[in-house]
Amino acid sequence: MSSEAINARGDLRLTRITKEYGDFKAVDDLTLTIPKGSFFALLGPSGCGKTTTLRMIAGLEEPTVGSIHLGDTDITTTRPYQRPINTVFQNYALFPHLTVFENIAFGLRRRGLKDIKEQVEKVLNLVELPHLAQRKPTQLSGGQQQRIALARAIVNRPALLLLDEPLGALDLKLRRQMQIELKWIQREVGLTFVHVTHDQEEAMTMADTIAVMNEGKIEQMGTPADLYDNPETAFVANFLGQSNLIKGKIDGSDGDNLVVDLYGQKISMPKNRSHAIDSSLYAGIRPEKFRISLVGTPIRGNCLTGGHIEDVSYIGVSTQYVVAMPWGQEVMVFEQNDDGVPPFDKGDEVVISWEPNFTFGLRGDEDIEAGTEVNPEEIEGE
Amino acid sequence: MSLPKVRVPYLLLFPGFAFLFTFFILPIINLAQTSTQTPIKGGDTGQYQQSFAFSNYIHAFTENKEQFARSFVFATLSTLLALAIAYPLAYAIAFKSGKFKNILLVLVVAPFFTSFLLRTIAWKQILGEEGFVVPGLRSLHIIGQQTTLTSTSFAVVAGMTYNFLPFMTLPLYASLERIDPRTIEAAGDLYANGITAFRRVTVPLSMPGVVAGTLLTFIPAAGDYVNAAILGSPTSKMVGNVIESRYFKIVDYPTAAALSFTLMAAILILVTLYIRKAGTEELV
Repeated sequence: MSSEAINARGDLRLTRITKEYGDFKAVDDLTLTIPKGSFFALLGPSGCGKTTTLRMIAGLEEPTVGSIHLGDTDITTTRPYQRPINTVFQNYALFPHLTVFENIAFGLRRRGLKDIKEQVEKVLNLVELPHLAQRKPTQLSGGQQQRIALARAIVNRPALLLLDEPLGALDLKLRRQMQIELKWIQREVGLTFVHVTHDQEEAMTMADTIAVMNEGKIEQMGTPADLYDNPETAFVANFLGQSNLIKGKIDGSDGDNLVVDLYGQKISMPKNRSHAIDSSLYAGIRPEKFRISLVGTPIRGNCLTGGHIEDVSYIGVSTQYVVAMPWGQEVMVFEQNDDGVPPFDKGDEVVISWEPNFTFGLRGDEDIEAGTEVNPEEIEGE
Repeated sequence: MSLPKVRVPYLLLFPGFAFLFTFFILPIINLAQTSTQTPIKGGDTGQYQQSFAFSNYIHAFTENKEQFARSFVFATLSTLLALAIAYPLAYAIAFKSGKFKNILLVLVVAPFFTSFLLRTIAWKQILGEEGFVVPGLRSLHIIGQQTTLTSTSFAVVAGMTYNFLPFMTLPLYASLERIDPRTIEAAGDLYANGITAFRRVTVPLSMPGVVAGTLLTFIPAAGDYVNAAILGSPTSKMVGNVIESRYFKIVDYPTAAALSFTLMAAILILVTLYIRKAGTEELV
């Protein structure tokens, strides 16, 4: 079986995977298919089980229950060195006693391949560091080490490349640059990338498909736009960007739309964007979808009246407002600074409005704080 | 009055330097002088005068070639044995001991709580006729019914291996413990099975510990005389024993001093070659 596994290709399928450490379930009955050739992100806060999932795919951990298939080959218990899977480790884990060249050649040599020199040089060119071949890893900067770790993995042309928080140790500017490069390299080499990260922006920039994980389960899976525009749970709504969640009640329907009562004011939203299970629901609106206008000016779409500007922060491209609503809730509104209209002042009475199609509905029994902050105790050891 | 900053390093160096000067440099100079002295004609035993007799070195060496060779063979053997025992031990403590790590480390250094001499004498008991080793081996027919283990080269090497084992284990542990386990995982991820990962990653990364441990074992073992004196026989004497008897029994100070210098030079040359070969500066 092992000799077959190394040549396995195809979609990666995790079937009802559970991983327990004593009483703690790191991963809880997870089922997931990662299509061949995709750039897939596992996104979630520390301790959500994403790294454990990755380690099980790599073969560094064995699931307590469940199976892992690559194409038609069952690789659940295959040893890491017999899997056609390579990993870019969180802190790179380069071999400090070997040169950059030998680090990259390591996997090729183990498999007894020929034309090693040519392949290593090719991949060094791909990561744009051909001049560093004879250096030791400790003589490289963080960004260079990151690229070498990537080169060391992709040179083997694995069926699956796993990236464990690969950009976590880099500064913001370098991280942005590497995000674009990684995406480019993935297209260039055409491998399946599985990327684990807690950084929602990073996941959204790079991945075709994101699975948002929380407490060992997948909360929601979809394209970045799906997840952002139509989150199904409060956790997803809060973990990817910011959301205003306003408590309401479904008050009837009007064709394809629901009529929702938010503290006495009626709004409408598409039926297919509601994930409520009964009449109670949270109406979700992203801060940039709101428009602000002074009382008396004509408006379109849904509107909520009686708000007062509580706070104004000017941040260049946009202005962020905190608006105190009559029922005591504060909502966030982001306005683009593109219309030459001077910003509103603190204390102004305003109307907030938005297009009904931008509304999403969450179950009324959700914890609306879910995913907003990371509990420091949950941060796992690095 | 504040102390000028430039003087601080010198002040810090002073106690150590003064101590080493008094108790190491001066005696070494004294020993060097002694090594070229000759007996005073008509003088008492132990009375020598300086006559720059460098021939002392030639005599000392040619008369004790056998003991020199034995010293280096025994030291090499016990170093290799200690390495073979200490590596798995240090590996287990560093990677597999979990919460018992500290207890195991204490156990490694526990022998130091009793005296070196006492422990070596204990080995005489262990390997003696009344111990469990000899009757055990005899009943298993591994050794002949008349064979004894005390007063043999085997006993000397065994005693040295035992006595220097902690000096091998601790540096090995320190360098193994420093290895990032993720580099070993990375080797597995890159198609290396357990044995290859060990050979290609663990061993090279533990080389600083191997070099330090072998030096800390080999150097004192080459100069050792306690093990040979207690566990050996006249036919398993080492250079250390010759120096000891020349100095204290025969009161032949010049020969003892010349032997000491020869031993020191030999160790220095071997160690330099070894470090060159092991290439420690290449290691992290």
